[in-house]
Amino acid sequence: MEVEKITNEAPGVKTFRLKFKNEEEGNAFEFHAGQFGEYSVFGEGESTFCIASSPTRKGYIECTFRQAGRVTTGLSKLEEGATIGFRGPFGNTFPMDEWKGKNLVFVAGGIALPPMRCVIWNALDLRKNFKDITIVYGAKSVDDLVYKDELTEWAARPDVNLVTTVDPGGETPDWKGEVGFVPSVLEKVAPNSENTVAIVCGPPIMIKFTFPVLEKLGFKDENIYTTLENRMKCGVGKCGRCNVGKLYVCKDGPVFTRTELQSLPPEY
Amino acid sequence: MEKRYISKEGLNKWFNQIIQSDKRLFAPVQKGEKVEFKRVKSFEEVASDYIQTTQSIKRVAFPRAEVLFSYKKEEKETTLQDFNPDTVPETVLWKIHPCDAAGFIPLTGIFNWDYKDKLYNARLAKTTMVSFSCQKSDNSCFCTSVNGGPGNTAGSDIQITLLPDGGALAEILTPKGEALVTLAPECFEAEREIKKEDYLADVPVRFNVKELTGKLASSFDSPVWKQQSERCLGCGACAFVCPTCACFDIQEDAKGSTGRRIRCWDSCGFSMFTLHTSGHNPRQQQSQRWRQRILHKFSYMPERIHELGCTGCGRCSRACPVDMNILEHLTSIAQQSHE
Repeated sequence: MEVEKITNEAPGVKTFRLKFKNEEEGNAFEFHAGQFGEYSVFGEGESTFCIASSPTRKGYIECTFRQAGRVTTGLSKLEEGATIGFRGPFGNTFPMDEWKGKNLVFVAGGIALPPMRCVIWNALDLRKNFKDITIVYGAKSVDDLVYKDELTEWAARPDVNLVTTVDPGGETPDWKGEVGFVPSVLEKVAPNSENTVAIVCGPPIMIKFTFPVLEKLGFKDENIYTTLENRMKCGVGKCGRCNVGKLYVCKDGPVFTRTELQSLPPEY
Repeated sequence: MEKRYISKEGLNKWFNQIIQSDKRLFAPVQKGEKVEFKRVKSFEEVASDYIQTTQSIKRVAFPRAEVLFSYKKEEKETTLQDFNPDTVPETVLWKIHPCDAAGFIPLTGIFNWDYKDKLYNARLAKTTMVSFSCQKSDNSCFCTSVNGGPGNTAGSDIQITLLPDGGALAEILTPKGEALVTLAPECFEAEREIKKEDYLADVPVRFNVKELTGKLASSFDSPVWKQQSERCLGCGACAFVCPTCACFDIQEDAKGSTGRRIRCWDSCGFSMFTLHTSGHNPRQQQSQRWRQRILHKFSYMPERIHELGCTGCGRCSRACPVDMNILEHLTSIAQQSHE
């Protein structure tokens, strides 16, 4: 695939817009919200990220990554026009069809907004299918918030209730959002749990403290969704490292409900 | 299935016909104190008196390291060269044990349960397995506890049972086996009254595998994992000698503008196996990794692909530098009463 456009999101975090080199392949490519891919930098290796763009936007896909290891460092060095490899889409999907007619609450922390951004745009592009849309998004600092332009766009939309927050100490003098950790901000926002699904994605510690808040707000476990990110190599259920108990994150996930998570051992 | 008798001379002649064909032949060869599968060119090279090779022969279908594809970067374009199945040579595995042949069954399950792995399948399709039933075993052998046995034919194309007169019973089990017979059909005589069971090793059943799988279903939080793995070094030797371990890593081998993407054996026993870039590790303790090894083979695999991930060959126990004996550990779990 060709790197068509590079956006600097936050320190060390970039978004690549990728276009299929072969147009026919691009037109035939289909995926659903929640799925992921294996991205190759020739000379460095392969890494796993979600597809961060919405399946409603055709002709390209996007991925957002933080420079951390060998492959993401290699990716970071690339310029627009470079060629990378892609395998996918892999994994299961968020049940967007089942959610028709419901309110959606998105809860995301830090670099975990990308997997959710796919679902958010998917829902916004089919806006009439859903009722209220609430997004609670937090990062360590103002600088660490990703998709800043899109946050501005969502904030301006009357049909989206966006609440952004930064960890205490991460605010700037002109910061207008909340200051506090995601779970406590969520408790303050207190979205109605009636006819609502919650989609939660973030670091393990955020998820750990967010679930009890959702429970307190009346969310049933089967209406709470998350997406897991275990280390993986193959993406097709063979290399043996992403399993959580008998389930493979790459095949049976990455999307799980809280009900499903509770039946699994804590191997994630 | 067809049964034939083959004389001592006939066996030798047939072997030479295979050697002289365009096929490669691997057989157990004595090398110092060890016996290993090697490519052989003469009947004399084949080891006659041994219990088990140190390494399994899974590498013919799942090599230690194999090139998935290679690539060349030019200015803006990168060209890939894919794996070509036509380059895989026809291969005969000679004198493997029933547990070696059976090992390919779970491997085939793993490489095909969802996505079909064309590299593995191409290599396996070109491999013919001539197993020899076992007439000797040792305390590490437990094939009969994991649905196998010294005369088990599962996975074999031909099974040979050696007889006291130097001749052998040949069970021709598959079309691939039949094709191998056609290299020297005159060596295969009419069947004689032979009771195969009389010539097989006595391998006692050490535990009930159904009972074991049943106990494992509720064993995740058991203290047994810590107890059993306290001396584990995490060296991965058990996985590397195992005929059914299939976990792999994918690595890059690049130089300048060219490179290769390589799949190589890995082990769930290694601490970095599940390590995230962030530093988080879902299986941080060796006991968690030991639990994964046992549950994967005896609980997850039976449930997901309906195959046990073990053929009872005993290699892991023989190879373990700190004498962790899988048979003892499995037996102890299977016999444990529910708390």
